Amino acid sequence: MFAIIRNAFMSLLLFTALTGIIYPLAVTGLAQTVFPYKANGSIITRDGKPIGSALIGQQFEDPKYFWGRLSATTPYPYNGGASSGSNLGPNNPELMKAVQARIHALRTADPTNQQKIPVDLVTASGSGLDPHISPAAAEYQVRRVAKARGLEETTVRALVAKETQGRWLGILGEPVVNVLKLNIALEELPKKKTMRVVP
Amino acid sequence: MTGNDLFQIVLYFGALLLLAKPLGIYMARVYEGEQFLPVRIIGPVERIFYRLCGIHQDEEMDWKQYAVAVLVFSAGGMLLLYLLQRFQGVLPLNPQKFPAVSPDLAFNTSVSFVTNTNWQDYGGETTMSYLTQMTGLTMQNFVSASAGMAVLVAVLRGFKRHSAKTIGNFWVDLTRSALYILIPLSVIYSLLLVSQGVVQSFSGYKRVALTQAITYNTAKLDDKGNPVRDAGGNPVTEKAEIKEQVIPMGPAASQIAIKQLGTNGGGFFNVNSAHPFENPTPFSNFLEVLAILLIPAALCATFGRMVGDMRQGRALFAAMLLVLIAFTALCTWSEQHGNPRFAAMGIDQTASALQPGGNMEGKEARFGIANSALWATTTTAASNGSVNSMHDSFTPLGGLFPMLLIQLGEIIFGGVGSGLYGMLIFAIITVFVAGLMVGRTPEYLGKKIEMFEMKMASLVILIVNALVKIGAAIGVSTKAGVAGVSNPGPHGFSEILYAFSSAANNNGSAFAGLSGNTVFYNTALGIAMFLGRFWVIIPVLAIAGSLAKKKQVPASLGTLPTHTPLFVAFLIGVILIVGALSFMPGLALGPIAEQLLMGR
Repeated sequence: MFAIIRNAFMSLLLFTALTGIIYPLAVTGLAQTVFPYKANGSIITRDGKPIGSALIGQQFEDPKYFWGRLSATTPYPYNGGASSGSNLGPNNPELMKAVQARIHALRTADPTNQQKIPVDLVTASGSGLDPHISPAAAEYQVRRVAKARGLEETTVRALVAKETQGRWLGILGEPVVNVLKLNIALEELPKKKTMRVVP
Repeated sequence: MTGNDLFQIVLYFGALLLLAKPLGIYMARVYEGEQFLPVRIIGPVERIFYRLCGIHQDEEMDWKQYAVAVLVFSAGGMLLLYLLQRFQGVLPLNPQKFPAVSPDLAFNTSVSFVTNTNWQDYGGETTMSYLTQMTGLTMQNFVSASAGMAVLVAVLRGFKRHSAKTIGNFWVDLTRSALYILIPLSVIYSLLLVSQGVVQSFSGYKRVALTQAITYNTAKLDDKGNPVRDAGGNPVTEKAEIKEQVIPMGPAASQIAIKQLGTNGGGFFNVNSAHPFENPTPFSNFLEVLAILLIPAALCATFGRMVGDMRQGRALFAAMLLVLIAFTALCTWSEQHGNPRFAAMGIDQTASALQPGGNMEGKEARFGIANSALWATTTTAASNGSVNSMHDSFTPLGGLFPMLLIQLGEIIFGGVGSGLYGMLIFAIITVFVAGLMVGRTPEYLGKKIEMFEMKMASLVILIVNALVKIGAAIGVSTKAGVAGVSNPGPHGFSEILYAFSSAANNNGSAFAGLSGNTVFYNTALGIAMFLGRFWVIIPVLAIAGSLAKKKQVPASLGTLPTHTPLFVAFLIGVILIVGALSFMPGLALGPIAEQLLMGR
């Protein structure tokens, strides 16, 4: 019995050193050398200041921005410090309320838009930090964003196309649009000349 | 199901088929102590390991010694992990200054990780220090998986050997699983994951300036931190503004690699592989979902090779694959069909070139329906339990199939090691049922299956079954159990049933709306996980010991061949009948009742 306890104790200790310390340190060393940008959170900077991660979504509510998925993180949406889904069942009245509220917000910001709303635009993501929406959900918002910014729809649509990622090798996953990158690109558009007022 | 969905699923199973055999044969060579190239490279480390631990490589154990070694090793691991969590507040590598984990949560988590369940009642990024994640959770991810593989190898020796007293040496099987299989695979995997954007860093959490500030209502607090109430007694709210976003960090990739490969499933972050830092791209998703089944599938080939008849491994593999493909198709169909309540609200759920459509609540845009449903069924078929979408928000039938896969006993591929020894129990039961039909003593792999083996095999099935049902019954009939439920109606019952199914079968996934971090659930589920693991391992090793003692019976005309399509069909039948008879009543009260309510 004593031998077994010694074997167990020593192997736990060695496994802790090997798999708990050496392994993660070695992987960190390699990762930081080969993929420093990715290993440190794919941070986007502007003028040297970090303004987000290419992989973590942000909350947008202003009509002049594209909106992302609903986020169920607490106490506020897109809380990067505490990922969470809504975990609402498909029959839960709370789910209907959340969806209805989003539909109302979308319709209020763009009353003339009669298109059916793509499902990913009214449902909460699993992580609460989803950086993407479907191209359909972006297209639904193009007219609203263009109007709010006084831009041509074609200009906005071209930007959406630029920020759309197809399937991986045309096969894996789904085509998506990165909402934060798209909104940053919108902000960086050269300011449009003020419209001439026709007398 | 769209054409692309189908193609992605076919591609997945194709890759699995391609990789299973070479990896399985490699593993067999490792366990049989063959002298080949990897042994020349890693061998010296292995020998130093044995010398430091006082392990004698050539010493053999009988099944009781083997079981005692498993239990002592696991108990030690549990104690170590418990203490680590309780003292993380004063230990280094804790940049977020997390305090000690509460006693009940620390108990639950240590049982959870040592039993290879990896049920999470905690949110990783809000509870665990980097030190706990690495030296506690990552380390147990490796050794709990290795222990499961070791037990399987012992069982295989039971079939292979005859007139023998011993079934191998636990310490050697354990060490080889980690050194030759899990560690090398994990190093490759973690680097591939970082290349996709999984974080791997020791810096503290970062803060970035938001493009649009968030305003939200929060309860107003007085100087003492108590909520302020108005004249009517309602809490007063005030506007708060958030201008920065927290970006979590940590040594995530190294842990995610092994959590997928070792059928562990305990995520670095709260939402597991739905988190964009844990699973950033469709390619990382493909790698991770492949890792879930890689070793369990390969072990079928290891089995075939070790018992000297590859056809036997192929038969079990075929049975597992057929059940999984059917369940995956059904789950995908149900999720793609979407939520009928949404259709009435002017929402477009139709799949097209521009959107995945379907039931997107709780799913990530980059994964859509097919990759979420595929993950849900593979992670529950194997006892992995990691998630890339929230099962709680699946359609009722979409949630039923993952739950039933768990309840079948985690044998459709199942956990590393544990899945195949569970499947072998079902193979034994199948030859027994077949033997009863024709009135002959049943045999499997040249060994007579007699009273002792049948008793132990029945125990394995009954113990886990009882744990699920008694646990769920206590859950629904106590205040503390019902208090954790977050969804009304039959879905609430599903949450409790899923939790106990997941814990007793060592899966670890959840209908996560259930508030599991309470004294009741931490304790009850902790006990279910413990008994579900070790009260299965003991009878399984007893069977191994008993089989090793027996003589080899040469196959005769009356022997039921166990590699034919007929046997595969018969095996699937037994699995589905045992599973369905055991759990149909429970499922009728949960997902099926919910599905019927949906149409109204």
